[in-house]
Amino acid sequence: MRQDHLISATDLSREDIEAVLDHAAEIDANPAAYRQQHAGKVLGLCFFEPSTRTRMSFDTAMKRLGGQTVDMGPVESSSVKKGETLADTVRVVEGYADGLVLRHPSEGAAQMASEFVDVPLINAGDGAGQHPSQTLLDLYTIRENAGLDDLTIGIMGDLKYGRTVHSLAEALTNFDARQHFISPESLRLPRNVRYDLHASGSQVKEHTELDEVLPKLDVLYVTRIQRERFPDENEYRKVAGEYQIDAETLEAASDDLTIMHPLPRVDEISPDIDDTDHATYFEQAHNGVPVRMALLDILLSQDR
Amino acid sequence: MTENHELRVSKIQNGTVIDHVAGGQALNVLAILGIDGTSGETVSVGMNVPSDRLGRKDIVKVEGRELSQSEVDVLSLIAPAASINIVRDYEVVEKNRVVRPDVVSGIISCPNTNCITNADEPIEARFTVLSDGVRCEYCDSIVREDEVAANLTVN
Ligand SMILES: [Zn+2]
Repeated sequence: MRQDHLISATDLSREDIEAVLDHAAEIDANPAAYRQQHAGKVLGLCFFEPSTRTRMSFDTAMKRLGGQTVDMGPVESSSVKKGETLADTVRVVEGYADGLVLRHPSEGAAQMASEFVDVPLINAGDGAGQHPSQTLLDLYTIRENAGLDDLTIGIMGDLKYGRTVHSLAEALTNFDARQHFISPESLRLPRNVRYDLHASGSQVKEHTELDEVLPKLDVLYVTRIQRERFPDENEYRKVAGEYQIDAETLEAASDDLTIMHPLPRVDEISPDIDDTDHATYFEQAHNGVPVRMALLDILLSQDR
Repeated sequence: MTENHELRVSKIQNGTVIDHVAGGQALNVLAILGIDGTSGETVSVGMNVPSDRLGRKDIVKVEGRELSQSEVDVLSLIAPAASINIVRDYEVVEKNRVVRPDVVSGIISCPNTNCITNADEPIEARFTVLSDGVRCEYCDSIVREDEVAANLTVN
């Protein structure tokens, strides 16, 4: 990779992405070979916002590379509560660790933090901004199931606040992918993401109804529409139902359709899909470990 | 003819004349320069003066002050056609067109209230300049040209 940090999917070239995915595949095929790869190294987990899954996934990945993790614990009990700046916190934790993983509720937090530290820093989600390590595992899953070229993908749900969507859409501009975005009008992609997609010359279409595009999709990436995004409950109910899928919805889909979701889901994917060949979301979640192992291995192995 | 209209705004002895500002932007120019009338500078403003080049233009004359590069940089975002004339002893000694910089910092704040630059951190907002606006280097928010004035930190 071109830099020591992973802040945004826009920083990733096709070569960077392929390097991580290829390495993840090697690790996946022979995890035992990497058991002592980073023995003696420590990864600092700075989660300013609760995220059990992403945190556990990084924790597991580091331990499977032979390393250890330190954790600042819940924000309520930390010095952050006492008013310490993020810039100070990461400079302190940098002293304990060989790399940092940051999850923070403010957009741009990872970019700022990376300007204050010399160890590699991975953005594990900054507000409604970016979540690039999730994108790498999403791309790994897409590559395994549908391939990354000549791909028709539908991305559906909360596209405005969904950071996994922003990262994925930006990363897909590196590939021959036709992207269809399906959302209520009020939850369309933010201006900056649309700007980048347009600037990249990618094939992008926006829709409000899934049935307009479902039959031609290779992959349908579903995200959760959060109740708290809507000022009033009725508005939420009106749209939420439109974006739920079940076995009946999929009658119009290709037999090869791959359905993904960054999880946790609530009711946007009916459990009657779980046992079908379409369901790929649990596999997607499991891919988090080898992909994050690959990412950590690359970043922690660079000559400093 | 131009001469005639120029007379509506008095000549200055030493300072800067910012000419060819798009009509209606003069007060934003003053905001960028941090001029609110309280520091005693002599300032003349002409608004919506007829102009061959712009149809209607604004003109700002500031006595006793030459602009810094960062001020000129941000000026270029709201007044891309502006010329900056340095006046000494009633004569224009230097005439420069503004040039759009690659990056501006410190003068525009990010409109995204959840952006880290609006939190209490030891950084200032920094923007990449696009063809038709600027983009926050932290949260990626895009501020279009016509929205720049509303996001000046001095407002
Ligand atoms: Zn910002």
